[in-house]
Amino acid sequence: MSEFLNQLAFGWFPYFAITVLIVGSIFRFDADQYSWRSQSSQFLRRRQMMIGSNLFHMGVLILFVGHFIGLLTPIGVFDAVGVTHSFKQITAMVVGGIAGLMALVGSSLLLHRRLFDPRIRRSSSIGDIAVLVLLWLQLVLGVLSIWWTAQHLDGEEMVRLMGWANAIVVFDAAAPAQLQDTFWIYKLHIILGLILFLITPFTRLVHIWSVPIWFLLRPGYQIVRSRHPLGKSRNIPAGTSLPAGGQTMARQTSESGGSGA
Amino acid sequence: MKIRAQISMVLNLDKCIGCHTCSITCKNVWTNREGVEYVWFNNVETKPGIGYPKDWENQDRWQGGWVRKKNGRIIPRQGSKWRILAKIFANPHLPEIDDFYEPYTFEYEWLQKAPELQAQPSAKPRSLLTGEVINKIEWSGNWEDMLGGEFSSRGRDYNFEGVEKEIYGQFEETFMMYLPRLCEHCLNPSCLASCPSGAIYKREEDGIVLIDQEKCRGWRMCVSGCPYKKIYYNWSTGKSEKCIFCYPRIETGQPTVCSETCVGRIRYLGVVLYDADKIEAAASVEDPKDLYPAQLGVFLDPHDPEVQAEARAQGIPDQWIEAAVRSPIWKMAMDWKIAFPLHPEYRTLPMVWYVPPLSPIQSAHEAGKISAKDGMPDVRSLRIPLRYLANLLTAGDEAPVASALERMLAMRAYMRAKSVEGRIDQSIPERVGLTQPMIEDMYKTMALAAYEDRYVIPTTHREIEEDAYELRGSAGFGFHEGSGGASKTNLFGGTKRTPKKPYMDVPT
Repeated sequence: MSEFLNQLAFGWFPYFAITVLIVGSIFRFDADQYSWRSQSSQFLRRRQMMIGSNLFHMGVLILFVGHFIGLLTPIGVFDAVGVTHSFKQITAMVVGGIAGLMALVGSSLLLHRRLFDPRIRRSSSIGDIAVLVLLWLQLVLGVLSIWWTAQHLDGEEMVRLMGWANAIVVFDAAAPAQLQDTFWIYKLHIILGLILFLITPFTRLVHIWSVPIWFLLRPGYQIVRSRHPLGKSRNIPAGTSLPAGGQTMARQTSESGGSGA
Repeated sequence: MKIRAQISMVLNLDKCIGCHTCSITCKNVWTNREGVEYVWFNNVETKPGIGYPKDWENQDRWQGGWVRKKNGRIIPRQGSKWRILAKIFANPHLPEIDDFYEPYTFEYEWLQKAPELQAQPSAKPRSLLTGEVINKIEWSGNWEDMLGGEFSSRGRDYNFEGVEKEIYGQFEETFMMYLPRLCEHCLNPSCLASCPSGAIYKREEDGIVLIDQEKCRGWRMCVSGCPYKKIYYNWSTGKSEKCIFCYPRIETGQPTVCSETCVGRIRYLGVVLYDADKIEAAASVEDPKDLYPAQLGVFLDPHDPEVQAEARAQGIPDQWIEAAVRSPIWKMAMDWKIAFPLHPEYRTLPMVWYVPPLSPIQSAHEAGKISAKDGMPDVRSLRIPLRYLANLLTAGDEAPVASALERMLAMRAYMRAKSVEGRIDQSIPERVGLTQPMIEDMYKTMALAAYEDRYVIPTTHREIEEDAYELRGSAGFGFHEGSGGASKTNLFGGTKRTPKKPYMDVPT
C-alpha cells in the first residue's frame, strides 16, 4: 500500500500536475484571456501591500530560481565543478532560508490583509484565498524543513531529492523509489508544490506566465494599431468598391512602434 | 511627414453651467458595472479645488506624465522601463480607491419595508466594496461642488502656483469655474508608455486611445502613468479601463455621449490632421511654456493642397480630409487661438482642449476706474486670475490666454454693437487681430453653436478593411459578456483564421 501511495504521489502525480499546468494554461490563455490578470488588490487597500508584496514576490522569485537550479541540475555538474555536496546544501539552506523568511513574512502580511480586511475579503474569490493559504503553508513547510536539514549536513538527502527530480525530468520509472525513505516534511513539501502547479491554470497564479520582461525590449514607448493589414497599401482610390472576400480578416490589427517618444 | 487624423474635442468653459449631464449620461452608458462604481470616465470639477481623484494635479505625488532629461529626451516621470518594472509588485505611486472615493449606495429598500417606527425610517449609506454601513460619507465624486468645503482644502489646488491665493479665500474675492474632464486621447500618451503588457494602444485611424481588455494583465502602471488620472482600475475584473471616446458612436458619425447630451452645447468634435513624425520633438521642447506652441506646430493645415494630396496618398479617406477642412477644432485652436490644451507641461500633447471662461469684473468700484473700450474691460480685471487659467492651460504663460479672453470679449462687444446699436464696428475685430468674417463665424460657432457646427465627424470606413462575412454574429463591443469570451487572437498573436460558428446556416 505504501509503495502504491509512493508511486502515486511521486511517480504519477508529478506528470499529471505538470501536464495540467501546461495544457491548462494554454487552454485558458487561448479561450479566455480576459480572465488572465494579476488581480492586484493594492488599489483597494495599500496598507501592508508595499512591504508584504515586495517581500513575498522577491523571496518567491529567489526560491523559484534556487529550486529550479538546485533540483534540476544533475549532481554530476556540481561534482565536475568541484562543489561539494555539503557546501551546496549549506548554500541552499542559507540562501533559501533568507529568501524563505522574506517570502513567509510577506505572505503572512498578505494573508492577514486578505482574510481580515473587509474590502479585500469581500472581493476575493475562493481561489484567491486558497492560493494564498497554500503558498503560506508551503513556505512554512519549506522554512521548517531547514531544521531537519541541519541535522545532516553531508548532503545525502539533498542528492536523493535531486536524483528524484532529475529522474522525473528524464522519464525514469525508478524515480519514486528514491523518495521511499525520505523524511515526511520533504515529501509533504513536494506534494504541496505539485498541488500548486496543478491549480495554477485555474487561479490568478497564471500571471506568472505573463511576467512582462519584453517590455524592456519594446522599441520606444508608443504603440499604434491600425485596422488595415501590415504591408498592404491603404491607398484606395475614392469611390472604388472593394472586392468581396479576399485576404481581409476579422478585426485585423497591425501593431507598430508608433511615433512619439 | 506621416499624416494621421484624430477626432479631437474642444470644451467651451465659458458656457459650462456645471450641470453634470455629461457625467451622468456617460456613467449610465459605460460605468454602471461592478468594479467601476467609483469610475467617472467624464467628471465635472469645480475649480479651484483638488479635484477627482484628490490632488490629481500633484505630479510629485503621482508621478504622471513625462519628464525631460538633461540630454533632451523624455521618459515617463515614473521612470524608464526597468524602473517601472521594478515597481510591479507594489506600485508606490498608485492611488488608493479612497483617493477617488469609496463607492456607496443607500438602503432604499428599508424605506419601503420598514415596520411602524417611532421615527421616520432613513436610508443609511452602505459601501459597495464591503456592504457595510458607512457612518459618515467623507468624500465622493464631486465633493467640492460649488466650492464646497473650506478654502484651506480646495486652496491646495495646484493651479494657484504663482498666485497670491490667500485673498481668494475671502468671500468677496472668491471665484469659481467648472472643469469637465475626460481622457485626453493624447498624441504622446504616458499611460500607454507605462503599460508593461503593451495592452494600451492609439488607433491610427482616429487617434482614440484604448486598452485591449484581453491583453491587460492588471500591472496598473498606467493608472499612475496618466497625469490626468483618467485610467481607472476595475477592482472586480482586475483590468484597467478608460474613456473610449464612445468609439462605437464616433465610428458611425455620432458625437460622444457626453457631447450629445451637453445641455450647454459647450462641446465640439472634429478632425485634426497632424504630423506624427513631429510628436517626439514637440513633446521634448525644453521650456514647458513652449509646449503649447510646439503642439500647434504638430497640426497640419487641412486647407493646404499639398497636405491634402499627401494625406490622400497616405490613405486618409476624402471624407476625413473634408471634415478636417470644416473642423470646428481647427478654427478654435488654430484660426482664432482661443482653445488650449489642459496642462501641456505634462508633455503628453493632449487632444481635448478648453476655451478659457470669462468671468465678472472684480468689483464695480474697480470697473469704474479701468478704461473699458466698448464695454470691454481689461482681462486682468476679471474675477478668475489670469495666472490661474494660464497654469491650467498654458503651463503658466499668460499672454495666449489673455489674447483668447480679449477675443471672446471682442466678439461680445462686436455683436452687441451690431445687434443692439445696429452698427458694424470694424475696429473691434481689428483690435484683437481678427477680421469681421472671423468674428461673425466665432459668434455662429460659439454662441449659436448649432449641432452641425459643433460636430463634424466623418464615419469610419470599416468596409474597406474588414470582411463583414467573418464578423457577422459577433458583438461590436462588450465587456466579456457578449463577446463570447473568446480571444480574437490566436496563441501566436495573429488573428484567428478559423471561421466563426455561423449563427444562421442558410445555404446560399
